[in-house]
Amino acid sequence: MNDKKYILGGLLIFIVLFAFPFWFNLGKAAPAPKPVLSEKAKAAGKCVMPTEFMRAEHMKLLGIWRRSVVRHAKREFINPEGKQYTMSLQNTCLNCHDNKAQFCDKCHNYASVDVYCWDCHIDKSKGEE
Amino acid sequence: MLELAVKGDKKYWAWIVALLAVIGGAFLLYLWQLKFGLGITGMSRDVSWGFYIANFTYLVGVAAGGVMVVLPYYLHDYKAYGRITVLGEFLAIGAIVMCLLFIIVDLGQPMRILNVWLYPTPHSVLFWDTIVLNGYLFLNLVVGWNVLEAERNNVHYQSWLKPFIYISIPWAVSIHTVTAYLYCGLPGRGFWLTAILAPRFLASAFAAGPALLILLCLFVRKISSFDPGREQIQALAKTVAYAICVNVFFFLCEVFVAFYSNIPEHMDHLKYLFAGLHGHGLLVPWMWASLLLMVVGIIMTVNPATRKNETTLAWACVVIIVGTWIDKGLGMISGGFVPNPLHEINEYAPTLPEIGITIGVYAAGALVLTILYKIAVGVKEEVRA
Amino acid sequence: MDSSRRSVLKFFGLTALGLAAKPVFNAFAGEHGKSAMHFEKGAEALKAKQWAMVIDTRKFESPDELEPIIEACNKAHNIPRFENKNHEIKWIWETEYHNAFPQMPNRFLSEEAEQRPYLVLCNHCENPPCCRACPTQATFKRESDGIVIMDFHRCIGCRFCMAACPFGSRSFNFRDPRPFIPELNHDYPTRMKGVVEKCNFCAERLAKGLEPACVEASGGAIVFGDLYDPESEVRKLLRENYTIRRKQSLGTEPCVYYIV
Repeated sequence: MNDKKYILGGLLIFIVLFAFPFWFNLGKAAPAPKPVLSEKAKAAGKCVMPTEFMRAEHMKLLGIWRRSVVRHAKREFINPEGKQYTMSLQNTCLNCHDNKAQFCDKCHNYASVDVYCWDCHIDKSKGEE
Repeated sequence: MLELAVKGDKKYWAWIVALLAVIGGAFLLYLWQLKFGLGITGMSRDVSWGFYIANFTYLVGVAAGGVMVVLPYYLHDYKAYGRITVLGEFLAIGAIVMCLLFIIVDLGQPMRILNVWLYPTPHSVLFWDTIVLNGYLFLNLVVGWNVLEAERNNVHYQSWLKPFIYISIPWAVSIHTVTAYLYCGLPGRGFWLTAILAPRFLASAFAAGPALLILLCLFVRKISSFDPGREQIQALAKTVAYAICVNVFFFLCEVFVAFYSNIPEHMDHLKYLFAGLHGHGLLVPWMWASLLLMVVGIIMTVNPATRKNETTLAWACVVIIVGTWIDKGLGMISGGFVPNPLHEINEYAPTLPEIGITIGVYAAGALVLTILYKIAVGVKEEVRA
Repeated sequence: MDSSRRSVLKFFGLTALGLAAKPVFNAFAGEHGKSAMHFEKGAEALKAKQWAMVIDTRKFESPDELEPIIEACNKAHNIPRFENKNHEIKWIWETEYHNAFPQMPNRFLSEEAEQRPYLVLCNHCENPPCCRACPTQATFKRESDGIVIMDFHRCIGCRFCMAACPFGSRSFNFRDPRPFIPELNHDYPTRMKGVVEKCNFCAERLAKGLEPACVEASGGAIVFGDLYDPESEVRKLLRENYTIRRKQSLGTEPCVYYIV
């Protein structure tokens, strides 16, 4: 077989092309953004669950909220400290975090997470859609 | 065996490229539909299923029709069909692929399609439909492919295939039965609310499927050195003749029940389709054409002279395919939605983009069918060389 | 243990198989099996075994009187208004006698009754065919109060429920509705394209102790209550008046009753 150089050459070209996104973006990574807390959120001091938990699990918590509200008709959330909240993305979460663009979108955009929450839920802070 | 599909002459490749072009164009239309929503179709609040679901229903029939060669060969040991069973099975695969594509293009939120299996719901007929359709696709792929490969290697097919073959026979009946149950179990839709809907679907399926298969056999004979056989084609033609007769008979049964009982809910849809209701009669010429075509089809397939002459038989098949397609593809679905539950009339006609996407799905099916038939015919030629 | 908590535990029970998820599991389920978070109905929420509605059609003479009732619903639920009739979304709307009750086409009907406008909406059937048809349980009959409700997050837009509903109560979002909502209610979500929607008996208002928007706007012509509470106002009206329902013969057991 004398095709060795073609095969190896072809493989090399393939690998280089395949790895394009990696070497093209090498060293250009934008720093991870930090979510900005609104005045209201700062004033409240704490969220429905501890910050660490919210940072890691907010999407799961929202999923559980949604199931409870829509499917089980239970709309009140009582956290481990016994504090009660009405489960509503639009009316509870966004009430404190009234800066969706700075608080939600910034990170989602950075991580390329395309959530469909806002197809239906209204960002009140924008006033009018 | 796949390598057989990439060895073709210029015409073959031109056909493949043409199909790909059509699929590509339709895909762009589909992207538009994804972005805008199903509003680019002619469907409405009242006629909430249209061209996509109608063609889906028709093609489930074509897929089920494949069993009309499988059953005589494997169950009654009708040897002659041995030459063409794989053509029937591959036709079923192509048809099922189109069915699944039609379901997908009809969904408002296609990205969520796996919810059907994520939240399995046995009380929904649609859940069962996804199971029987995918199961039938799987069965035909496994059986068709392995039997063909065995033929190529000049050995008997593997014994473990037997159960799959036998299961595939009632399974073919099940796909069209379950598809009929989608419609006929719904209260308040008088047109579909009839126990004869599944049998009627099957009758039209066993006419349309084998009719298409006859045309494909004639085509294969013309373009290759493999002859599916005169006896085989004639046997299929008899199946078509019986089935189209039964189909029209079942339809007349419906007409009798609706009009002799004189129950408005049952009559209204038929009136709408064949005479027009309150001045609305978009489908009237189509429905009469369909009935006429089916009757002509009966005459041409029952009469021995026109059945035995392969030229007239081919025309009879075309007539039957078009007739049953109008019946099921245009009348059956919109007919059930007009008039609506409040007895208002809002008619439906597909829009151009909707028709374009439909053609694209047919092109995708044709592509699958072309490749599979290329392989099958290649093997047949090889074995006979 | 109630079902929502069970589903939470099930969900995290699975993820907790990986040790990494352990702290998370604890946060949801609590240490030592004690609940760390839980879900309840609000204290002021209205409760019923099966919500039902009685519409006293005698109190309506012209379509104008229904206008504010329909408008109240449209506003509360961000119902869009489309020029194209094919794309129409309707939760509660006005129709004529023979459209509302096509199976009761009495001849020579009292002119007054025949010319009255009739309100139609989802019947929240006790045997809902739409819920039978839905392949994902995106529409379901809520166990707690019998409301037939939609989970818009789960709907795949197959429209089987629309074919199954014998009352034409369901609408499909043929396109993004948001640009067509005359006046956005910021307290309620909109819908996205590609999902089915319909009347929800104002589940969001019941949770706050309020009656449905249409009932509130009807000035007493529409009464709402528990079908299985003999003392409810609904039952009182059913006892005292001859009522009919739409397409009773289909056995879906509609929960919207009409006094004619």
